[in-house]
Formats: sequence, C-alpha cells, structure tokens
Amino acid sequence: MGASNSIEFKNITKRFGRKVANENISFSLNKGEILSLLGENGSGKTTLMNMLAGIYYPDEGEILINGEPVQIRSPKDAFRYNIGMVHQHFKLVDLFTAAENIALGEKGRLDRSRIAAKIREISSKYGFIIDPDKKVYEMSVSEKQTVEIVKVLYRGADVLILDEPTAVLTPQEIGHLFTVLRAMKADGKSIIIITHKLNEVMEISDEVAVLNHGSFIGKVRTSDTDPQKLTEMMVGHKVALEIRRPMPKDPKPRIVVNDLTVRNHEGVNKAHHISFTAYSGEILGIAGIAGSGQKELLEAIAGLQVITAGSIQYLPDGKKPMELVGKTPMQIRQAGVSLAFVPEDRLGMGLVGSMGMSGNMLLRTWRRGKGIFVDEKISRDLAEHIREELDVSTPDIMYPVRRLSGGNVQKVLVGREIASAPSVLMSAYAVRGLDINTSYTIYNLMTEQKEKGVAVLYVGEDLDVLLELCDRILVLCDGHVSGIVDARTSNKNEIGLLMTTIGGQQPSGSVPAGQKSGKEEQQDA
Amino acid sequence: MNGLILLIYNAVLNGAPLMYGTMGEVLTEKSGNLNLGVEGMMYMGGAIGLGAAFYYEKMAGDGASGLVAVLLALIFAFLAGAFGALIYSWVTISLRANQNVTGLALSIFGTGVGQFIGEYMRVQEGGFVAISNGLKAFFQNSPFPAALRAVPVIGQLLFSYNIFVYIALIIAFAMAYFLNKSRAGLHLRAVGESPATADAAGIDIEKYKYLATVIGGGISAIGGMVYIMTIAGCVWNHDGLAGEGWLAVALVIFCLWKPVGAIWGAVLFGALMIMYVRVQIPMVPDQLYKILPYVVTVIVLIAVSLRRKRENEPPASLGLSYFREDR
Amino acid sequence: MHNEKQPLFHLARRDEMPKSKVWMIRAASFLAALLIGAALFGVLGKNPFEAYGTIITGSLAKPSAIRQTVKIAIPLLGTSLALAPCFGMRYWNIGAEGQITAGALAATYFALHFGKTWPHPVILIVMALAACLFGGLWAAIPAFFKARYNTNETLFTLMMNYIIIGVVKWLQGGPWEGKPGSQIIPMFPDNAMLPKVLGVHCGWIIILLLTVFMYFYLTKMKHGYEIAVIGDSVNTARYAGMNVGRIVIRTVFFSGAICGLVGYLVTCGANGTLYDSVAAGVGFTAITVAWLAQLNPFAMIAISMLLAVLSKGAGTLQTRMEVPASVSDILTGVILFSMLACEFFINYKIIFRGQHNDDGPRGFAPEDGKKPVKDAFASNGKEGGR
Repeated sequence: MGASNSIEFKNITKRFGRKVANENISFSLNKGEILSLLGENGSGKTTLMNMLAGIYYPDEGEILINGEPVQIRSPKDAFRYNIGMVHQHFKLVDLFTAAENIALGEKGRLDRSRIAAKIREISSKYGFIIDPDKKVYEMSVSEKQTVEIVKVLYRGADVLILDEPTAVLTPQEIGHLFTVLRAMKADGKSIIIITHKLNEVMEISDEVAVLNHGSFIGKVRTSDTDPQKLTEMMVGHKVALEIRRPMPKDPKPRIVVNDLTVRNHEGVNKAHHISFTAYSGEILGIAGIAGSGQKELLEAIAGLQVITAGSIQYLPDGKKPMELVGKTPMQIRQAGVSLAFVPEDRLGMGLVGSMGMSGNMLLRTWRRGKGIFVDEKISRDLAEHIREELDVSTPDIMYPVRRLSGGNVQKVLVGREIASAPSVLMSAYAVRGLDINTSYTIYNLMTEQKEKGVAVLYVGEDLDVLLELCDRILVLCDGHVSGIVDARTSNKNEIGLLMTTIGGQQPSGSVPAGQKSGKEEQQDA
Repeated sequence: MNGLILLIYNAVLNGAPLMYGTMGEVLTEKSGNLNLGVEGMMYMGGAIGLGAAFYYEKMAGDGASGLVAVLLALIFAFLAGAFGALIYSWVTISLRANQNVTGLALSIFGTGVGQFIGEYMRVQEGGFVAISNGLKAFFQNSPFPAALRAVPVIGQLLFSYNIFVYIALIIAFAMAYFLNKSRAGLHLRAVGESPATADAAGIDIEKYKYLATVIGGGISAIGGMVYIMTIAGCVWNHDGLAGEGWLAVALVIFCLWKPVGAIWGAVLFGALMIMYVRVQIPMVPDQLYKILPYVVTVIVLIAVSLRRKRENEPPASLGLSYFREDR
Repeated sequence: MHNEKQPLFHLARRDEMPKSKVWMIRAASFLAALLIGAALFGVLGKNPFEAYGTIITGSLAKPSAIRQTVKIAIPLLGTSLALAPCFGMRYWNIGAEGQITAGALAATYFALHFGKTWPHPVILIVMALAACLFGGLWAAIPAFFKARYNTNETLFTLMMNYIIIGVVKWLQGGPWEGKPGSQIIPMFPDNAMLPKVLGVHCGWIIILLLTVFMYFYLTKMKHGYEIAVIGDSVNTARYAGMNVGRIVIRTVFFSGAICGLVGYLVTCGANGTLYDSVAAGVGFTAITVAWLAQLNPFAMIAISMLLAVLSKGAGTLQTRMEVPASVSDILTGVILFSMLACEFFINYKIIFRGQHNDDGPRGFAPEDGKKPVKDAFASNGKEGGR
C-alpha cells in the first residue's frame, strides 16, 4: 500500500449477540481527504467507526495505521493515533462548561486560562463561534456540535470521524459546517462522515465507501459516480424512490388547534400560541429543528402535556365538536376520540420493551378485560393479526420486543395504532433508524390511512421526505408556528429559513391543496 | 449564651461520626456509585478500629502511645471500610450488578462482620473489650494545649474537640479542593455525570470509580470508629451504631453532594440528636424528640424535590452501571 | 506502538443463555459462597462440615426446630411478597421495616384496649384490618410525595422506619408501658393471639395463600399489568392512559398493607407483645430475597426458607460451637454477593485473546445489540411472567 493510505481496515468482524454488525470488512482511506461512509440505517457504519474510535473492540480482523497494525482498545488509544470521533448522540457533560468538556481527559494541572486560549486559537483558525464558559445544558444543538468538533481538534486529531453530523442541523447550519470541514481538509486533516444522505455525499466528499447489511460493498471516487449508482450499492438492488401522493379527497377540518401554549414537565413553555387546522384525508407534515416543540405539540393533542392556554377542538364526522384540553389520555379515548399516537421514543414511550407483541397490544386494551383480570385473548389475536399483516419478523408473539430490530419494533407500534381505526393519526419521527425499505412501508401506511380519510400529522426530520410525502407542512421555530407551506410547491430552502427565523404569520394555515384544485394528481419529487 | 456554646460543642461532637460517613459517601456518589452499605462499612470500621486500639494496648502494655493507638485505629477502620467498598466495587463496577441490592447486601454483611468481630473479641477477652482511661483520653480529648482551650468562648467553640473533628475538617476542605479545582476531580465528576462522555474522552472510568468508592468507603468507616471511640465510650455494645450509617446516606442529599456541606449538615444533625437534653420542650417526651433528625431529613428530602436546580441535582449517572458497548 | 499485544480479554453482551446453564451458574455461585463460608469457619478453627451440619440439624432435624425455622421464614416471605409489586414498578421501598412496625403498632392498640372484651374472631379480624390499614398508610406517605414531587423514595422510606420505631420506643416507655419503669408493653391476652395449626401460628397458611394470590396478581391481573408497564417505562404508562401517580400510591399502599399484616402476624402470632425491634431487620433482608427470587413469588418461598435455616442454624451454632450468631449475617451477605456477581456471567461473556466470539447467527437473529438486561428488576422479573 502507498503512503497515502493513512488508515486501513482488514477483515473486520463485529457481532452483538447473534447479530453480525460488521462482517469481514476491508478497505482503506487516504490522508487529507473527505470520505463519506454511506449506508442505510443499521448497515453497520457507526459500529465500524466506533472500532476506530476505541468504543468497540473488533471480534476479528485488524486495523492498520500507516501500514502498521495497531490495537485500539479504548478511546485513549484512539487519541494516541490522533483519531477523534464526534458521536451522533453527543458525548458531553451537561453540567460542565464548554472549556471543561473540551479539556476533559487531558493530563496535567487544570489551567483554565491556557485551555481557553487554545480553544480561541482553534476557533479562529477554522471559523468556529464558541463561548468557553457557557454550560452545555444552556446550548443549542449546533453549539453542542461545535463543542464536540473543537474537542476533537483540541486533542490534536488528524483523523476526524463525524457520525451523521447534519441530522440535527438546518440547511443553513449544514452549509456552515461544510465550510468548516473544507477548511480542515485544506489544513491536511482526514475526515470521515457517516451519512445516509446522498446529496451531502455528492457535495462534500472526495471518496465514498458503501456498506450494506454489515458488509463492505465498494469504494468509489465521488466524481465517478452519481446518486442513482450509490443508491443501488447501498440498497443492493434497484429501487424506485418514489412516494405515492394522491390529492386529499374531500378534506374536512378534524383537529382545530387555537392559540395553544404548552408547558413541559420541567415547567418551561415549549410551544407558544400555536394555531393550525388538520384536515381529514390529508397528511400535515411538521418540520423544525430538533426540540422546537414538535414533541410537546403532539403530546398535548394526545393529552400528555400540561396546556397553559388555548384550545384543541376535535371535529368528528357527524358528531358535535369536542374540546380536548383538560382531558386525560384515558378520557380522550373513552369519549370516542380515536387518536393514535406513534411517539418518537418507541421503546421508552410507545412500547414496553420487556414484553412481547402480545403484552404490547394490551397497552391499548388492558382495561377491557373482565373484572380484575386482563384479557390476554384479545391481545394475542391482535398480535397475530399484525404479525401477519405487516410481516413482523419475530420468533413468537411473546418474544420481548426490545430484542427485535428497529424496523420490526416500529411495525408493531404503527400496526397497533392503526388497528384502533383512528380518525387522527399522529407520528413523530416514525422512520428514525429504519432502513429504506421499511421506511417506505411506513410512508405507504401513512398514505393508506390518509386515503381512508384519517387526518395524519407527521413529524419528520428529513425535509426531502416531508416535501414528497405531505400535503402541507407546518414549520415550527422555537415553539412558534413559523409558517405553513404547501408541500407541492415549497422547497427546502424556504422551509430551512422558516425553521430558523419566525417567518410569515399564517395563524390557521392555508387551505389544503385538495380544496383548491379538487383534482387528483400524482407528483414526482 | 453558655447554653448555646454547650449545645454547639455537643452538636459537633455528636456530629463527628456523621461527618466521616457523609463525606465518604459524597466521594462515592460523585463517581456515580450509590453505595447503600454505609451502615455496614461503619460497623466494620467501628469494630475493627476498636480492635486495633485494644490489641495494640494489650501488646504494648503500659508503654502504649496514644498517638500510635489513634493512628492504628484510623488506619484499620479505613482499611475495613475500604475492604467492604472493594467488594461492592467489584460486584457493581466490574460485574455490573444492581447497586441498590449490592449496597443492602453490604449493609447486612458489614453489620454481620462488625457484630461478629465485636462479639468474638468479647468472648475471647472474657467478656470485656475496653481500652484504658489513659489511652481513651487521646481519642476523646482535644489535641490543643490547655491555654488555648481556656480562652473564653473561642476556646470551647474552636479548640476543645477531639482530634477526629479536626481531621474531618481537613478532609472536607481537601475533598472540596480536589473536586472543584483539580484535573482528577473534574474527571471524577465527569465519570459520575456521564460515564460515556468520560470514557470517550479517554478517562479510565473503572479506575476512578474504584478509587472513589474504595477511598469513600474507608472514610465512611472511620466514622464508625469515631462513634465507638468517642460517643459509645470505647466499648462494643449490642446497639452498635444506631443507624448512623443510614443517616449519613440521607445527609448526602441534605448537603447537596458537597463535602463542606457535609460538615454543617453533620453538626446540625448532631444538634438535633442531643437537643432533647439541652432544650426541653414542654409536652414533648424525650423519645419523640429523638426522632427529630429523621423528620428533618424527610422535610429536607421533600424540599429538595420541590425546588430543582441543575447544580443541586445528584450526579446524573448515580445508580447506573456502565458498559462501553451498550448503546 | 508496533506489535502490541491484543488485550488479554474483552467483554461482550450475551444474548440469551439456555435456562439450564443459567441455573448451573447460579448453583455454582451458591456453592462458591458456601466454600467461602467454609473458609471462614476454617479460620476460626472450626470444622466447616461440622458447622454446616450443625446449621442444618439445628434448624431442620427436630419438629420443634422446624417450627422455629418456619416461624422465622413467615415474616421474611410475607415481606418479600409485599415488596414484589413495589420493585416491579422500580419503586425502591426500603421502608418495609417501618411498615411492619406500623402494622404491629396498630394491632397492639386493639389487643391492649379490647383484647379481653371483644370476641376472639372479632378482635383478631379488627387487629388485622387495623394493621393493614396503618401499614399501608405509613407506606403511602412517601409514595404520595414520590408521585407528586418525585421525592427520592429510597431515603424517605428509610427515614420513615426510624420515625415509627421512635414512636414505638416512646409508647414502650410511656403510654403503653406495663410495670412502671420496665420499658415493656404487657403481653397480649390469649384472646388476642392467633390460633396454632401444626404447632405454628396460623400465619403460615395466610402467607402461603398470599403467595399464590401474588403470583396471579402480578401476572394475570390488570393491576399487575399496570405495575409491569410502569416498571418498564413511566412514559409508556402515561402514553397508555395510566394515571401513574395513582397507581404508584395504590400499589405502595397495598405493599405496605401486606407489611402491616406481617407485623400483625409477628405480634399476635409469635411475640405476643410489641417492642421497638419487632421487625428485626426483616424489612431489609426481604429486599434481597425479592431480588434473588427475581420477583417470582414461588421462588421466594425457597429463598426465605434458606435464609431462615441459616438464621435458626446460626443460633444453634452459637450455643454448640461458640461461634457468634451474627455469622448468619455474614453468610447471608456472602451468598448475596456471589448471587449478585453470578448474574454477570449470565449477561456477559468474556472473550479471551485469540478466542473468537463465535456466538454466531443461529435461527432467529434480528437483534440490534441493544442492552438486553439492564436491571434485574426491570426485565428478568417480568419477561417470564407474561
């Protein structure tokens, strides 16, 4: 191998229990370049990089640096080889300041002024904006990411691994991040970006390495490839990446939210004066930077949040409107409001990880049993039904759902919610962590529900998907409605701007597209 | 005025064992380990500390030096607690067992060991384990010269306590400095707040957890020895420590995980424990008065949970075990 | 930096182990604990075989000894059962000691004041109800604050122990004192004592019935389902429309009521009076029993009996071989440590240098590398149940 091969993986295999996360992976990467590590969710990208960063230790195979085999047993070893990783879930101590976090793990006396000086030097060199004395728990997501990157540079890393760095950023912040990355590359640093977003791969990287189901598929120069080819490598077969989007049929107001203010469990207002209308037969997308009040908004409608002001009107077909504010989740359901809610934290909020599918079906029906006993028959039947209908891969309906793969867990959750024949279906980050095929299954389920006349509220993070799937998109910014746009005519830039600055005031939303034209059309992305 | 000074004086004396118990547990909890076995470790420290002084005097005879006896009692009590904490650490840190249950197991084990050794010594020595009055004085009297102690007000308030009170103060300030100013202290706090972060930063988590827990356990155990050698009068009795170890665990919350706060908290609790002697309240019988420390702890617990402040919360990973490859 | 050795070993999560192997590991670690105990006897200059023999014969050889052992096991089993629903919710109730005392106190009130005058069945039933009610209320105080303000229940329940014990001390030396200056509450009249069945007070029948009930309560009933969901995730429970606060308070009240019943059995079944150490550490030991049994009520019977054998046997050991009876606490501690430690070998595997992690795919393999067992209470206890 030439001198330009700074890092080489040789026959790396890593297993978790019975699952093979990485199988016999071999490839190398060049010094001073940006490499994209591309693959679907669950294809083993993060696992592989965690072995380079010393978080995991490979079961088989070896890693070579500059042609020499090395043992990276811990993050400390990784530092010695000047390798640093910015994890997707930031590894920061919330209670510490930026400077304390950055200098963490260093040896020697704690000299705060020297640390601050070094941080300022790095910041000015690459164009970071950072306040060394700010506590992490007071920071925004992008500020935290900056701290993470500075931390890695501070430790003298020449090889930077960034795990899904753009997932939580707005388009504008992504632009800034890429500028910084180019500056670092110009400074001779090697950068590895883990991602599953093709447009970013094309924009930033010199080379692309592709993983699929834990195996290495190949490595190509970015200039020699295109998104279609990369997709085929990533998924293993040709896929038509289109989402069906029929025009809404006969939309009627179903949920009318008016001037809603929501306080979270810590007593902080997370949603301010929110007003909008969700129509039947329509998918209303909700976009925003992570933590802009999406979760609180959906939970408020489901009766799970403290509402300080405002109203939520539910308008069922042929019945009189009903006010949902002030009712408990149980009362909302018992009053015949069929809200189905697919929360973002599947195992922490929607499902009971230690129970099987059957036990999890009970979560919706446990009150129906006779007297003091639960009726396990209803839930077993429903579990079997969903298992067949959605092709859930589980050895047994009693098998703990925590041990299922992310896609199957999501199928169990969505299946259960849809089974209750809802008139409103809410979902938060329904495809987070799922592979492309399962994601499309979920999109189709949403569209099917919409065709049945259900009002669908879909909180998503991938703007491309939101623009393809939804009829209208409500954009949240810092807990305020920043704007409601027509998904068929809007674009990423417009939404990105609305995400960061509170834009045009459109309190109760524009009329859904279906009412304007009334004619069905299929739209390609 | 005099009554107040006497109250403070006695509060400090009664609080001294708690100072050690609490400071040790503060150090332990800063690493993210909730060790409920303080009572057990204090029992071990009490019995073994007493044993060390007793057998030293037995061997040295009349030439026994008070200083050596105090040192031996300190060292052996520390080692006893450190041993208990080492078992706890191995089971919870290396083997990642549930911390609550392991702590309770240590409580049962430690009280067993303490009682066993106390009882065994009593049987071996024909029914009585006590050190001579001359040696006792070294444990119970002030290390300062009489002239200093004789200064009005200040003499009694500042210079009249036994040596363990002053050692506790030194440990408290040293620990506060360590936690807040030193690099290792920063690392230890990071381990307790977010082990995954500390690990990714290259900090040896297991080393910090082990050291903090073992040293913390040793410090806690000294509290048991101080109780036996000062309050209980240098003899082993069946009542043992009367729940001091559990009180120490509660005091950690009261002092918001701050070592210097442990001193004030311990003095306050010491005051509550002896108030029934000093400040009579009509209609309230002594026995009910004695539950005051526990009632106050409950009130503090509620108060702490009512007003949450980021800096006052327990270390974020408290009670959880860490395995690097968990996601 | 060249040719560095691979680490001697590294750890990996284990997926699932065959049940037979799990029990083999547990049995082996129990044996290891006994070996450590044997070494302890050896150090003391006693023959370990003789010592263990004495423990067994002292607790089980004669009918009278068995009766004594059962008498020790009753409160232990009862309290472990009581704690199971709490721990199922991951509510750390370490106040069983106090709840037992509270129950005993309430029962004693009626025994002292109406024990001679009311008819036998009436007084016994009233005492039992009072004990359950007071034990439950005593437990519900910390639960209320937990539900309302998320107040730390571990220490709250602990402090409640010392408060109620303080109250009993006061009653002992004050209002309920028998002979002035004796610091002793008078013995109950026979009319207020439980009848005996097979030589032991009838509490053992009550507790065995309770064991069966608790099994169904936890696995088949709505309440048990709610408890299991809350134990797994409070957010999921809220999401499912459960009123978490109310369920927590209700469950803890129920738990405290059973503890209160245990206090009742101990006073009017065994002791015949009330004193401050009526709970005698049972509240703490029962926590470890519940954990070792992984909240399975039937397993609790076996473990309570084991610890009762140790405790009764150690008493015999003291009289026959001059080993302090507190050796039973040491042995209990050692057994607990080794049982806690052995779970590690069930949940993790150690891969030595050069060895392959060859737990390859077999059969069904969609696992995500997610943590399988974080907390024994959270998972092991329930997966079997449902």
